[in-house]
This record gives sequence, C-alpha cells and structure tokens, in this order.
Amino acid sequence: MEQEAKLQIFRGDKDGGEMVDYSVPRIPGMVVLDAVHSVQKQQAADLGVRWNCKAGKCGSCSAEVNGKPKLMCMERMDKYPEDETISIRPMKTFPVIKDLVCDVSWNFEVNKKIIPFTPKEGERIFYQYEADRVQEFRKCIECFLCQDVCHVLREHELQNEFIGPRFLVRSASLEMHPLDVADRSEQLVKEQGVGLCNITKCCTEVCPEEITITDNAIIPLKERMVDKYYDPLKWLWRKLFRKKSA
Amino acid sequence: MDRYTTLNYDVVIIGAGGAGLRAAIEASASGAKTAIVCKSLLGKAHTVMAEGGVAASLANLDERDNWQTHFRDTMKGGKYLNQWRMAQLHAQEAPDRVNELEEWGAVFDRTKTGKILQRNFGGHTYPRLAHVGDRTGLELLRTLQDKGVHSGIDVYMEYTVRRLLKTDGAVSGCVAYERETGRFTVFNTKATVLATGGTGRCWEVTSNSWEYTADGHALALWAGADLLDMEFIQFHPTGMVWPPSVKGTLITEGVRGEGGVLKNSEGKRFMFENIPEMFQGDYAETEEEANGWVKAVVAGKIPKERRPPELLTRDVVARAIRKEVLAGRGAPHGGVYLDIASRRPGEEIKKKLPSMYHQFKQLADVDITKEPMEVGPTCHYTMGGVKVDPETQASTVAGLYAAGEVAAGLHGANRLGGNSLSDLLVFGKRAGEFASKHANGISENPSINKADVDKIIDDCLKPFNESDGENPYSISEDLQKMMQLKVGIVRSESDLKEAVEDIEAFRERAKTVKVGGNVQFNPGWHLALDLENMLDISEVVAKAALQREESRGAHTREDFPDSEDEWGKVNSIARQTDSGYEVVKIPLEAPPAELQELLDKQIT
Repeated sequence: MEQEAKLQIFRGDKDGGEMVDYSVPRIPGMVVLDAVHSVQKQQAADLGVRWNCKAGKCGSCSAEVNGKPKLMCMERMDKYPEDETISIRPMKTFPVIKDLVCDVSWNFEVNKKIIPFTPKEGERIFYQYEADRVQEFRKCIECFLCQDVCHVLREHELQNEFIGPRFLVRSASLEMHPLDVADRSEQLVKEQGVGLCNITKCCTEVCPEEITITDNAIIPLKERMVDKYYDPLKWLWRKLFRKKSA
Repeated sequence: MDRYTTLNYDVVIIGAGGAGLRAAIEASASGAKTAIVCKSLLGKAHTVMAEGGVAASLANLDERDNWQTHFRDTMKGGKYLNQWRMAQLHAQEAPDRVNELEEWGAVFDRTKTGKILQRNFGGHTYPRLAHVGDRTGLELLRTLQDKGVHSGIDVYMEYTVRRLLKTDGAVSGCVAYERETGRFTVFNTKATVLATGGTGRCWEVTSNSWEYTADGHALALWAGADLLDMEFIQFHPTGMVWPPSVKGTLITEGVRGEGGVLKNSEGKRFMFENIPEMFQGDYAETEEEANGWVKAVVAGKIPKERRPPELLTRDVVARAIRKEVLAGRGAPHGGVYLDIASRRPGEEIKKKLPSMYHQFKQLADVDITKEPMEVGPTCHYTMGGVKVDPETQASTVAGLYAAGEVAAGLHGANRLGGNSLSDLLVFGKRAGEFASKHANGISENPSINKADVDKIIDDCLKPFNESDGENPYSISEDLQKMMQLKVGIVRSESDLKEAVEDIEAFRERAKTVKVGGNVQFNPGWHLALDLENMLDISEVVAKAALQREESRGAHTREDFPDSEDEWGKVNSIARQTDSGYEVVKIPLEAPPAELQELLDKQIT
C-alpha cells in the first residue's frame, strides 16, 4: 500500500478558521510544500499558499510547521516520524488573508522609510574582506520568518516602534557598506527601536540563510548607537559616581 | 459596487523582475507617472533564481575583453540568428548597467585590486560574469527593488493581468485581478511595458516557478503583436534529477565555471567527444589541457590553455547529456554526474557555491564537497518572444513595449549564461525610457471601452459557473507532460503534429474547466485562467518548431539533424489571424560589414 503522510492545514481567513485534516501520498525527498501542492491538486484546489522558486531562494513559502517558522520548500517531510500528523499554519505575527497566506505589507512599508543607500563620490574600490560583512546581510531572502518569531513583534506587537530583525539587518547592510556615507543612527534609535531588541537570538535561529542576525547585525548597530548617543566621559563619570555612592 | 476600479498612469509595467524594475526606474526618472503590476510580492520574481552572474565586458580580469568580443560570443552562441543590433547594443551597454548597479548599492565579489570580480561561463571567451557567489540574481533584484522603492513608483503586488486593452489600434491599458480579493482593476495607460519573463511552466521538468505561465507572450499575441522565434526554448543542461521533489531545480553553470566536470556512469568525461564543428579549435582537446586551464583560472592567472568542453554552450551540453543517458551510460536516476568534489577543496566550494551546497545537502542528502551531483536537462529559458525594435523595445503594436525574457532577438537560437541578467538591465532601461517618451507625446489617457472590460471580466469568472468540468490541475499536468515528450529537447515532424492536435483537445477540456471556492486568493482559479496562455503559447511553440526543418541551437529536429544555410537566413514570426495562430518566415537582417568582419574573425 502506498505510504501516506498526515497533515493538518489551517483553512480560513481574517474572520477565523480551523485546522483541516488531509492525507497525501509520500514521495521520496518530499518537502512540506510538495505535500501542500498535493492537497491543492487532489483535494482542495482553492487552498491559498504563496510559493515561487521552490529552492529556498525567494522566501515566499514561509509558514509555521509544527509550530516552528520554516520555509516549506526546504523542510523535508522525512524529518518527522511517519505516523506524526504535521500541522501547517500561517505565520502568527501577521494578519491572515486566507489559509496559509498572510498580510506582510507592513514589512514593505517599513522598508520604504529606511534612509536609502548613499554612495560616496569618486572611485568605487573596495576589497573582499569589506564585502564579506555586507554580503552576509544581503543574502536575506525576505522570508520574514525572523519577523514572525521576534517576540517584540509577535507578543508585544510593537510594530509602531520597532522595525524587526529583517530591517535591522537591512540597516546594518547599509551602515556597514564600504561606499555608503549616510548616517542612520538617529533613525535607528528614535524611529526604528534598535534598543528594543533584547538579544534573545530567536531570529538568528530561524534564519534559513543562516545570517547571524543578532551577533553580526543587531549588536554592532546597538554598539554604534551607544558610542554615538552616550558621551564616554559622562558615562565614565556616572560609572565612577555610582561606584562611590554604592 | 462597480465591477472594477480604474487607475490612470502614463506607463504601466507588467512584471517586477529585473527588466520590469529597471524599466520602472527609468520611466519614473524621466517624469512618467509609473506603476508596476506584478503577480507575486515585490522581490520574489524569478530573477532571484539567476545564480551565476551578469555578463559585461568590464575586462577586470582579462584586459583583452571588450564589447566586440562579447558581441561575437553572443552571436555565435545564438547560431547567428540573433537580431544583430540588439546584440551590439547589449554588448556595448552592459558594462555601464553593471557599474550603475554598483552605484546603487550592489555588492559584487571583488578582485584582489578591489574591483568587480568576474567568472568564466559557457560560450564567453573571457571571464565576464560579475557575480555574488551563486546568488547574483538576488543581489540584482534587491538592488533594483531598493532603488525602486525610493523612485516614486506605485507597486501593485499580487495582481495578474488577463488582457491588454486597445483603443484606435494602440494599447490603452490592461485588465487585472487582485489575487487577495479577486477584484478587478483597469489600468488605463499611455504606454505599457511587458516584463513578464518566460513560458517554462508549459513543460514538466522545468527550473521555472509557477509565475512562468507565458502571460506576457500571450497578452502580446492576443493584442495582435508579432512573436519572434518561438521555437527556441532553452533546456539548461544541469537541473537536479533526484529526489522527484526537486526534479528540474537549477544547478548553476557556475559549478562548471569553477572547474566542475561532467562524467558518465563509466567515469568518463564525455564532453571532449561532443565539441561541434563550429567550436572546433576553441576548446581543450585533452583532460590535461582542460585541467591546466582550471588551475590557471583558480590561481587568478590568464590561462594559456583552451577552456574545458564542459563550458560549451548550453544547447550543446544538454544534447550531449541526453545522448549519454540514451546510450545507457547515465547515472541511476536518469542523469549524468557533475563532479566538483574531486576538483576543488571543500572550503572553496562552500565559499564559491554556497547555495548549491545548501540545496543539495538539504534537499538531496548529497554533500557536493564529497560526492558528485546527479544532473539532467531542465526547461529553463524562452529565447523567443515579443518582436521588438532593437533601439526602443517597441513591439509591432503601438503603445506596447517588451523587455527581458518576454522580448526576443538578443539571444537568437540559444542564450549564453549570464546574458539574461545583462539583457534585462540593458533593455529594461531602454524600454522604460522609450515607453516614457511615447507617453509624453500623448496628452490624455485614451478612452477605454467598458463593454470590452465587461467581456474580459465575464470570461475570467466563467470557471466558477461551470458545473461538470475538470479540475485545472489535471489539464495543466497533461499539457506539461505532452510538451516535455513531444516539444522537448529533440523534436520530430510526427511528434510536433501530434502536439498541435493534443493542444486542441486540451483546449476543448479547458473550455469547461471548473473551480470551487470563491475569488479570494484561489490558486485553482488562477491556474484555470493561466491555462489559456499556456495552451496558446504551447501551440505557437509547436507550430514554429514544426516550420523550422533544421537543427539549430536549442531547436533540434531528429528528422532534420543538420543546420541548413537557408534556415540560417530566416526568423519565424507567430501571430494571431482570423483562423487561429499562424507561423511564417521572415528574412533575417544581416549585420553591417564592419560587424560581419568581427564575426568572421577567429579570435584565439
């Protein structure tokens, strides 16, 4: 008998919905997105899902598989025990449009506000070691899984004060670009909430591109802001003063 | 509530890949009120799948490179069926377009002296591909996207255009539905640019995403525009073949550019035996010589040796792989081996080809730093498309422009790797510039006939009213299987004639295609509508392939295995007539004498 995989997929829209059971034939090497496509072909042609490249390069098919943020196209079904029912839900941080499709438009609005790349005049010579640092950030495929998992956005819903890991990475890629001369520090502190990140590194853990979001992008940005916004003499004075009074 | 909303623009660009974004940036910069209408979210377009690089004769690694050599390579790769003026403009302007990207923030890999690094690729005489590891397309798309969002362009994401509208013989806009809500919008425009990419979803084994359903090709055809050279569909030699889940997924030519070799099940490098006559003398003839070339290139030196035959043009390599498999010398899952593990140290492979490493490890349980990959041809690129004026990218219908993969002419019978990213930059810019100029010459947006719009909307909603038709997925799968079998890498008169009949039968089935659910984000409905494009363009490809009774570039006829001089002097045109789609021949324009001399000259 053909082996079957058991799934539960969220079906519904902004007004609510339910988890619906499906069962699809297993094929070798199958990923979660294949299972979803199989449901579309055989059982529910109107099942809403986003996808494009099916090779982990475009970041369209983000969802929560057994509660974990994943790219469905890179998540192998054989990772899970055969008798386990795999649950697939849309990303929780964003409003649902339909089924697995959610409204990620907030991200595009945030991106527009970041001060654009501003190159210095003259020759554009720079070296690979300078490129390396920025290239890590530019690997981002905008799957928004980091935004989904970030509890400043997910639980505290501070979308108005905090731009989230994706856009701190983007800001870092501009701030550390060897040719860029703009200063984004005021924007980062006052409008984008760089201080709100409390370094739990959840974003780094879910990044399918393995960008070291917290350590390489966010912490250096925070350090720059500290240097910029805190006068070292005052800081030292306070430190000494505090020590004295203790 | 009205059935549709009307929005007025000077220029509307359909598609948000590299060509669409580049066109929009240019149109907007020249003062046109510009919108992009695209099927996916911004930044997800198929351009992200381009891996190896963007071709431009920057001459950063080999100072002998220049536009003339790039022009010559492109024409030779296209088996001289290219529109010479497009190939010339492309070669001349590509370096400026790549430098411009860097000015806009792109971070290419660097040479030791801090310039843009370039890599070798099939058919390019010198290292010519500016790249970022194996994710060049993403870099290009993201750079254009970030530039675009600050350029005052309105973007309508997840809208699908179903028909172009015409007023007094000129294109005056388009009708689109919004995926999220299923509501219809009329974009009323002075000029429209098609930048919709290709047609690869008409085939079963393809590297193309769901978006590649021949939308722009069909929109142009239905609007009365001429399509050029539709018989030429590129099968990329190296797609994944196992497991079935990833069959067709692209493996960059960069693997071979970095020294990877093709082997059959006997461990033999079979490409040495597959050097076609027109490339004799250009490629290494022994493994020793080929290895010497790789060694020099890796060391950053200019090689004395000729390049390995694995770097022949894609059409040649795809056919050679097919031949090995048919002769029983294939790998277990019907491909051949691509080996970089035994050629370069693991760390270098991970650095140069990170996403290939990741892709194989995660999806196929193969560590490419330790074992060979199994690869086979996959439908990859549509050389044919909208016939355009080389300077302006204007189609044969007033007010309609096309750029990137949906346009034709640059690549002739076969595209060189790396030339698609440069194509969309060079001609995306030109399309935006000239569409905007055209719009400037028109004082008011043309009037739209409401009855036309109502008819289009009625047709789009028809699948919801059918009671006992088929599921769109079954028709689309049958079409893809048939195209793979009968209009694939190797074709014949009998297969192609059958294909045309099969398409007619599929079309009958599609007439009553039925979908459930409602208009809100409903992929079944979307596919039901896409079927119409796919069927019509599949027919045009089959008919063009039937007409060309020779083998040239990506078009191989079992019954006419040789290239014929007579056919080398003609392009094909497909167009709509009262009695259906017809394909005819038109004479190919010969290059002027000074360019012909370049082509005749042997460069060593």
